Amino acid sequence: MGVFGFEKGFVDNQFTQLQKLRDESSPGFVVEVVSLFFEDCEKLVNNMAKALEQQIVDFKQVDSHVHQLKGSSSSIGAARIHNVCIAFKTCCEDQNRDGCVRCLQQVNHECIQLKNNLQTLFKLEQQIVAAGGSIPAMQ
Amino acid sequence: MAITGESHSQFHVLAVDDSIIDRKLIERLLKTSSYQVTAVDSGSKALKFLGLHEEDDHSNPDRVPSVSPNDHQEVEVNLIITDYCMPGMTGYDLLKKVKESSSLRNIPVVIMSSENVPARITRCLEEGAEEFFLKPVRLADLNRLKPHMMKTKIKNEKLGDQEKLEKSEIQSEQQQQPPSQPQPESQPQPQQSPLLQQPNNNKRKTMEEGLSPDRTRRRYNGGITTMV
Repeated sequence: MGVFGFEKGFVDNQFTQLQKLRDESSPGFVVEVVSLFFEDCEKLVNNMAKALEQQIVDFKQVDSHVHQLKGSSSSIGAARIHNVCIAFKTCCEDQNRDGCVRCLQQVNHECIQLKNNLQTLFKLEQQIVAAGGSIPAMQ
Repeated sequence: MAITGESHSQFHVLAVDDSIIDRKLIERLLKTSSYQVTAVDSGSKALKFLGLHEEDDHSNPDRVPSVSPNDHQEVEVNLIITDYCMPGMTGYDLLKKVKESSSLRNIPVVIMSSENVPARITRCLEEGAEEFFLKPVRLADLNRLKPHMMKTKIKNEKLGDQEKLEKSEIQSEQQQQPPSQPQPESQPQPQQSPLLQQPNNNKRKTMEEGLSPDRTRRRYNGGITTMV
C-alpha cells in the first residue's frame, strides 16, 4: 500500500502485520481475509440500512452490527472505516437516526474507496510477482 | 523427555471466535508460529470439541464423564484462545466452564477482546485466564503463549510419571524426576519458572514494545493461578 494508502490513512500498521503473515504456504492469505471483510461489510451495511429505514429503529441491533464492523475493520487495519464506526457507535447510543444514516453513508463510501485501493494494490503485487520480483516487507 | 522447542507442531491450540475474519487471522497467526490449530465459532462447539458435555457440569464429582480424558488423547489441547464477546456463551463463560471441569481445568486459557475494559480484564484473570490480549492480536503476542503450554506439558508428564511411581511404590525416585521448570533447550526467553516470570515479563514488555508506549498498558500478564 506504500505511499498513497498509508498517507491518506486508509490502512494502518495492522495491514502490514497481515502482509507479514503471507508466505509460500498461504500466498492468498491477505486477499482472502480482505475479501471476507468486504463480503461481511456489504452484508452489515445492508442490514443497517434496512434497520434504519424502519419506522421504529432498533438501535441496539444497529449497534451490534457496528460493533461487528468495528471489530473486523480493526482486525484488517482498515483505519478509516474503524474510525467511522467509533462515531457510528456514539450515534447509536444517542439514538440519533440522522447521525446513524450519515455514518452509514460514510461507511459505505469508505468501503468502496478501500476496495478500489486494495484492488489496485493486489493487481500491482500480482504484476510484480509475475515479473519475477518479490514484494518487500514494509516496516 | 525430549522437548524440541523448534517443533511447535506438538502443541495444539483451540481457537474460539464468532467472527470469521478474526478466526482466519488467529488461525494464520498460530500456524505461522507452527502450532496446530482447531478453530471453532462458538463456546459450545469448543466444549464439544474438548469432550465436555453440558450434562457433565451438573453431575456429582464421582460420576464418570461421558467422555473420559483418555479418550481424546489424540486431540489433546494445550491451550484455548477465545474471544470475549460472543453471542450465547461468552469467552468468560467458556473460561469458567473449563476451569470448573476436573478434566479440562489444567488447560491454559487466553482471552482476546477488542475492548480495553479493566474490570473485564481483572475478572478474566481472576477466573484463571493466563493472558488477556487486546485485538488485533499480533505475532509478537503469541510469543507469550509457549510458556503456558510448556507448563501444561511438564505437568501432564509429571502426573503420568507420578501415577506410575505410585503403582510401583518407589517414592525416592520422585526426587529425581524433572523439576517444575521447563527445559529451556531451545527456548529463547531467559525466564523459566512461570512463578518468576511476572517481573521479568514486565521488563521485557517495556523493552520490546518501547516504540509504542501505549501498548505496554494493553498487555496484562496473567496472575498465575494454576498451581504446579
